[in-house]
Amino acid sequence: MSCSGLVMLLVLWSAAIALAGNTLLPSPWSVAAAIAELAQKGFLVKHVVASLFRVTWGYLMAVVVGVPLGIFLGWRRRAEMALAPLLELLRPISPLAWIPIAILWFGVGDLAAIFIIFLASILPLILTAMNAVGSVTATHWNAGRNFGLSPVDLARKVLAPAILPQLIVGLRLTLGIAWLVVVAAEMIAVNSGLGFLIIDARNAGNRYDLVVAGMVLIGLIGVGLDSAMRRLERLPAASWGYQTPVEAEAA
Amino acid sequence: MVSRSFERILWPALTAVLALVVWHFAVRWTKTSVFPPPLAVAAGFAELARRGVLFRYAADSLFRVVSGYGLALALGIPTGLLLGWSPTGARAANPVIQLLRPISPLAWIPVSIVLFGISNFATIFLIFLASFFPIVVATMNGVRAIPVMYLLAGQNFDLSPAERLWRVMLPAALPQVLTGLRIALGIAWLVVVAAEMIAVDSGLGYLVIDSRNAGKRYDLVVAAMILIGVIGVGLNVLMRRVERLRSVRWGFRAA
Amino acid sequence: MKPAAELVPDRAKLSIRGLEMTFRAEGKETRVLHDIDLDVREGELVCILGPSGCGKSTLLNIVGGFLTPTAGSVTIDGEPVSGPDPRRIFVFQERGVFPWLTVEGNIGFGLGRLPEAERAKRIAHYVGLVGLTGFEKAYPQELSGGMKQRVEVARALAVNPDMLYLDEPFGALDSITRLVMRSELLRIWGAERKTILFVTHDIDESVQLADRVIVMSARPATIRRVVTIDLPHPRDLSSRRYLELRDGIFEEIGLAHRI
Repeated sequence: MSCSGLVMLLVLWSAAIALAGNTLLPSPWSVAAAIAELAQKGFLVKHVVASLFRVTWGYLMAVVVGVPLGIFLGWRRRAEMALAPLLELLRPISPLAWIPIAILWFGVGDLAAIFIIFLASILPLILTAMNAVGSVTATHWNAGRNFGLSPVDLARKVLAPAILPQLIVGLRLTLGIAWLVVVAAEMIAVNSGLGFLIIDARNAGNRYDLVVAGMVLIGLIGVGLDSAMRRLERLPAASWGYQTPVEAEAA
Repeated sequence: MVSRSFERILWPALTAVLALVVWHFAVRWTKTSVFPPPLAVAAGFAELARRGVLFRYAADSLFRVVSGYGLALALGIPTGLLLGWSPTGARAANPVIQLLRPISPLAWIPVSIVLFGISNFATIFLIFLASFFPIVVATMNGVRAIPVMYLLAGQNFDLSPAERLWRVMLPAALPQVLTGLRIALGIAWLVVVAAEMIAVDSGLGYLVIDSRNAGKRYDLVVAAMILIGVIGVGLNVLMRRVERLRSVRWGFRAA
Repeated sequence: MKPAAELVPDRAKLSIRGLEMTFRAEGKETRVLHDIDLDVREGELVCILGPSGCGKSTLLNIVGGFLTPTAGSVTIDGEPVSGPDPRRIFVFQERGVFPWLTVEGNIGFGLGRLPEAERAKRIAHYVGLVGLTGFEKAYPQELSGGMKQRVEVARALAVNPDMLYLDEPFGALDSITRLVMRSELLRIWGAERKTILFVTHDIDESVQLADRVIVMSARPATIRRVVTIDLPHPRDLSSRRYLELRDGIFEEIGLAHRI
């Protein structure tokens, strides 16, 4: 059942190509052949690894910096008031607009791309963590305080478990963003990775079968990352948070 | 005790001043000749305004966003309503959406150029793609989250399917849909700038990349970035206004 | 004349004097509590009765140390209240149960400092006391409203507090469960003899449970009358005295008990 949509897409796609006759765009079969060709030449692994490498480092660094910062901002209302407008101003600036600055500071290479991923991931992470802290109900805070918990224990036993579900969703969505951005960044700033594969395949000889092959790979890996992160949401420590959203609203 | 409304202005203002001071002295102390201090950026703004580029490029970017986003709105909301209504349709469409979603809209640039050539249409198509999926998904989820009671009440009052769609499902889903629309507009704005860096020769994204490539004018790069940020904030504020209309305010938690 | 809710000072467990509370929001001042004087004896079960939104929850939150009053004092055992304290546990309407902890985890929440064996023993005892045996490993969302409410009461009792503050604890339950919970509370109170402050808007509930009912007025809340319920437990809900007391409060609030 769930495959029928994909099957339909493939059928429509090949039909459209067949009807259009002479076109630059490839049919599903030539895309499959292109993926096989990439795998054979070893490019497949090379580009995929290059993209994943950049995403991993940029994303992890953003998690390490952004989540604690977001929690702090959510906890201290004044700090939030002070920084929120700045964050709001930075958010709508495409991470790619930072490319000139990234290149200026880090040169053309992996470091610049990692910096872009870091920038793209850190804002959503800060905002998620901040909002998650903000949505801990007063009742839960008060109950924790009533039992005489120290601030450290309050953070460990009430704050941390309470924000975990929302935080995990934020981590998953942000990884999606990081994946979107790495591909885009690779189209401009470096000469390896799946984004580079796409732009290079077009520029060097209009190999549209390779372009679409790159896109399909990006999509598949994106789905893979997403479902890996969804695993986390099924942990008991997090799954309680997704069942009755009404509960949180009541307070 | 300081009043709260005063604090709301005081703290951000202090941050802004502090950020500018740190930026200024960071540039001075590192003795960089490439990265501009705040004052140079202000001068850059003035230069752009004088050349008339500032307004024209901003208008170009906004035009692309409005067209692509409007198209996505017109097609995405009906699609989302349909998929939310029919579980079968949703199950069929879901894998396609899931597969297409992680593909950066920019990865479509080559395809877009084949279809539309290097033109405004190519960029508008990218904006459309970038905002279409979030709008569909938000509308679909909004419809799915409608409590069954509302739908049953609609049936009970003997509404026709069209009336049920128009008078029950759409208003009930509207708050969630609007949040989706706001997020999609944010994405569209991110993407137009990125797309302009690659695919066209006008707009704020082009201004960023061109200022760098043509003579390392980093003052203009940063000025363009700030303008992008300000316009983005403006779009977001505009959408939040819509969320505060009385007909949808019930759906948002009191803030 | 002000109703006398005061006792000889040295006999009072809890003592409230001249309490005032005014909230300020966006330039508007709302006076919520006015001139509240109240004493509560050790081991007493006192119901604070008033219409919704009158400020009785605010009063309880001040006594619990979660809010600071605009004026006046709250002392317990002669010490002024300066913040929440594990010797006095606040029971929220089932919303205070932590959704990320199991029944066991919730009940053991305040027992972090005890050795593991002692902790397990206490948890088992209170799980039994509130009748949740067999649900130790269940998460709150698998429980009914009444069961969640019992988890909260057990979590409060487990730390062996002197006092319990209950804020409309059975308000969200259906009327049958509510009756069961009332007799459960009385049974537990009989066994543990805590001092209990119980906020409610339900006249019957207050007359069924309390030693004394503090009847509050609408906002700004003042104490209108203090009714001593001189009925032994278990109370006969159709006895003449019960009906007399109940009707007295109905009249005080200005409600005809005819529908």
